Amino acid sequence: MKPRTWMTWAAIVLLTVLPLWFASAPPAEPGAEAPAMFGGADERAQQAIGTVAPDYEPWFAPVFEPASGEIASLLFALQAAIGAGVIGYWLGMSVARERARREAKHTESHAD
Amino acid sequence: MHIMEGFLPPAHALGWAAASLPFLAFGLHSVKRSLQAHPERRMLLGVAAAFAFLLSALKLPSVTGSCSHPTGVGFGALLFGPAAMVPVGFVVLLFQALLLAHGGLTTLGANVFSMAVVGPFVAYGVFRAAAGLNASRSVAVFLAACLGDLATYVVTSIQLAWAFPDAVGGFSTSFIKFAGIFGLTQVPIAISEGLLTVLVVNAMARFNAHELRALPVMLAGRKRA
Repeated sequence: MKPRTWMTWAAIVLLTVLPLWFASAPPAEPGAEAPAMFGGADERAQQAIGTVAPDYEPWFAPVFEPASGEIASLLFALQAAIGAGVIGYWLGMSVARERARREAKHTESHAD
Repeated sequence: MHIMEGFLPPAHALGWAAASLPFLAFGLHSVKRSLQAHPERRMLLGVAAAFAFLLSALKLPSVTGSCSHPTGVGFGALLFGPAAMVPVGFVVLLFQALLLAHGGLTTLGANVFSMAVVGPFVAYGVFRAAAGLNASRSVAVFLAACLGDLATYVVTSIQLAWAFPDAVGGFSTSFIKFAGIFGLTQVPIAISEGLLTVLVVNAMARFNAHELRALPVMLAGRKRA
């Protein structure tokens, strides 16, 4: 791996991990409970809607809701796994094809 | 950036759906045409979709003390053009709305508009601009993926501020509030997405150079390489 490549990986990991120590708790909306540390930004926006428009009632409910937080993270993991699986398959295939082509070229030049 | 189910008034929900629909139709048409002309790209389109699937499932912690996720659509926009990513983003958002109660069917139009329309188009536009300014491919890819990601969250903030203007300060007060939640949280995550996209594009250029030659992403920095 080139130094620039692993430095980029390190930067991504640091950008993700450092907030766990250095982030301060999100400010509480007036009149609402303080949001949970590292809760979803989507939920915080939902709370903010509650303070801007306290009378607003959502007029539609999700057709299917994961039975618990565990089931939800199972489905998110499944989503990520499908994505990673496809990428891994393709990356492996590309690397193998590139190698096969190089070897074919190699034997060709030997035959000459 | 997922606006929760039922959290946009019906008029807004309908309006955003109407705004997204022509992009979706055009995107499907564009994907079909591209695959007819280059059937060998089918696998690569699958990879672009898989990238969006993977990244939008990862909720990462951020400096604001809340979690948010990258979108992953900038990568595909650079490979296939922005229109192709509209149907891809639509599928991701539909999956999350139906199975994860993340986002929703009534807010699907608005979410498609921010993540699958504005994100890819901004990414592609930034990429072309950076390439036009003779930036190296890595710089152009980084800026494109990073700013495309941020643009999505700015649009979500606009959508919410428009639907829920502050009683006193109106749209702008409300926008600052929502942008404070979505925009700030997204800054480090967008940078991560930009860096990751650069790594993936560089890996692709190494292993699949011949397959990629005709794709927009390879146009930048060609003169230098």
